Amino acid sequence: MNQRTGRLRGKVALVTGGAMGIGLATARRFAAEGAFTYIADVEKPAPGELSVEGAEEITYVDLDVTDEVAWAEAVDDILERDERLDILVNNAGVIDYAGIADVTAEAWARVVAVDQTGVFLGTRAALKPMLAQRSGSIINLSSAWGVVGSEGVAAYQAAKGGVRGLTRNTAVTYARDGVRANTVIPGWIRTPLAERQAEEKNAEVIGLTPLGFGGDPDDIAWGCVYLASDESRYVTGSELVIDGGLLAR
Amino acid sequence: MHDLTGRVALVTGAAQGIGHAVATALAEAGATVVATDVRDQSDLGDHIRTRSHDVTDAERWAAVVAEIEADHGRLDILVNNAGVSGYDQLHELSLEEWNRIIGINQTGVLLGMQHALRLMRPARSGAIVNISSICGATSVPGVAAYHASKHAVLTMTKNAAVSYAREGIRANAVLPGWIRTPLTLGQTDELNGAFLDATPMGVGGDPEDVAAAVCFLVSDQARFITGVDLPVDGGYLAR
Repeated sequence: MNQRTGRLRGKVALVTGGAMGIGLATARRFAAEGAFTYIADVEKPAPGELSVEGAEEITYVDLDVTDEVAWAEAVDDILERDERLDILVNNAGVIDYAGIADVTAEAWARVVAVDQTGVFLGTRAALKPMLAQRSGSIINLSSAWGVVGSEGVAAYQAAKGGVRGLTRNTAVTYARDGVRANTVIPGWIRTPLAERQAEEKNAEVIGLTPLGFGGDPDDIAWGCVYLASDESRYVTGSELVIDGGLLAR
Repeated sequence: MHDLTGRVALVTGAAQGIGHAVATALAEAGATVVATDVRDQSDLGDHIRTRSHDVTDAERWAAVVAEIEADHGRLDILVNNAGVSGYDQLHELSLEEWNRIIGINQTGVLLGMQHALRLMRPARSGAIVNISSICGATSVPGVAAYHASKHAVLTMTKNAAVSYAREGIRANAVLPGWIRTPLTLGQTDELNGAFLDATPMGVGGDPEDVAAAVCFLVSDQARFITGVDLPVDGGYLAR
C-alpha cells in the first residue's frame, strides 16, 4: 500500500473539506493507496492527520470552495508541483436545518454556495488539467437527503439534489474526453457534522437504517477509492449509495 | 486489491463472459470459488471448483449448496450472474419464451438467494451480488422479457437487502452496460452499434470491469453498502 503497489499509485488527488470527517478519511485512504494527496479546506486538519504510515505526506491547501480565484490558484499550485491532477473529491459541505418556510436568504445562499456552487467551481477548475490529460475521476458527495425528502434541511436538500444533476451532466459531457464523474450518496455517517445534530434526529435515522448502525467515514472513503481507481474505469455518471440500506426501503 | 482469503463464494453462469471474470477475480482475491454453469467450464483452472448447474432447477441448487456446506461449512458470497438474453418484442413474444427467460434470469436469482440464505442466516453474515443490466433500469425497444426480468432483479435485490440487513446479510445489484462478452459479440452489429452510440464513453467495457465492481461490493470495504444498484456502463444510465 504505497506509491509502488497501491490502488491509486502515482495519481494526484485533491479532496475538499478534508480537515475532518469523510474528507479526511478519504484523503488518508488515498495517500495509503499511493496517491499524492492534497487536502483543501478553510481549516487545517488536526496535527498528525497529514501523515499516513508508509505514505507520502498529505499537503494542506487553504481553500474556500466558494472562491473562484482561489480555485484557479489551488489547481495551478498542484500542477506546478505534480504536473497533473487525476482525482478531485468535492466533499466540502455545510448544512442548515431550517425548513423552507423559515430558511433565511443568507443561510440558503451560504449552503448552496458551498455545497453546490463549490462543486461547480471545483469541477470546472479540475477539468482544465483533466481535459488536457484526457483522463480524470471526479467524485462528488451528495447525500441521502439529496434523494428523498426529509423535514427541514431545505437548502441542503436542494444543493445536494443539484450535485446529482451536475455530476451526471459532467459525466455525459466529458465521457469521450476520458474524464469520469460519479456521485457518492452517504447515509448516516459518524462525522463531526452528524454528531453535532440533535441526538433524537440521529437515533431516528440510524433506527431507519436497515443494517441498524451508522457508517464510519472510512465506509465512504473506500467507496471513493473504488471510484478514483482504474478498477472503475467503465463507471461514470453513477450514484454509489453507501447508506446501510436506508434508500432501499 | 481486495483480500477475500477464507471466504467461500458461489458464482453462477461462470463458463464465459462476466461470470468467468467474476469467478477468476474472486479466486485471485483469495476466495474459495465454486463456479457453476450449464456449459463447459474447463478453462476456469484447477483452483476453481466447477459444477454443472441449471439455475432454474431447485433440486440442483439444493445439491450445490449442500455440497458447499459439507465441504466448507459456510457460504460467504453469492453472485447470481447466470442469464440469457431474448430479443423478441412484446407482440411476438411466446409464453414459452417468456417463461424461459423469466425462469433463468429472475426465478434463478430467487432460488439462488433462497438457498444461499439457508447458510448465510445462521452465520449472520453474507454478501449477495445479483447481476442485472442497464435494461433493468431503463428501456430499449424489444427484449421485452429480458427487460422485465432484469427490472425484477433490482427490486428482488432491494427486498432481500431490507429483509435481511439486521441479520448481517448484504445484497446489491450491478448493472452492466455493453460489455465485451460472447453474448454481446453474438448480437447484430446494428444492435451493438446502437448501444455503443448511446454510451457516453463511446466504447464497451470488459468483463473485468464488472468483476472489479463485484469484488468491491462483496468485500468488507463495502460493509455499509446494501440494497444499491451500481451501474458499470460507461455512463449509459446517466443520460
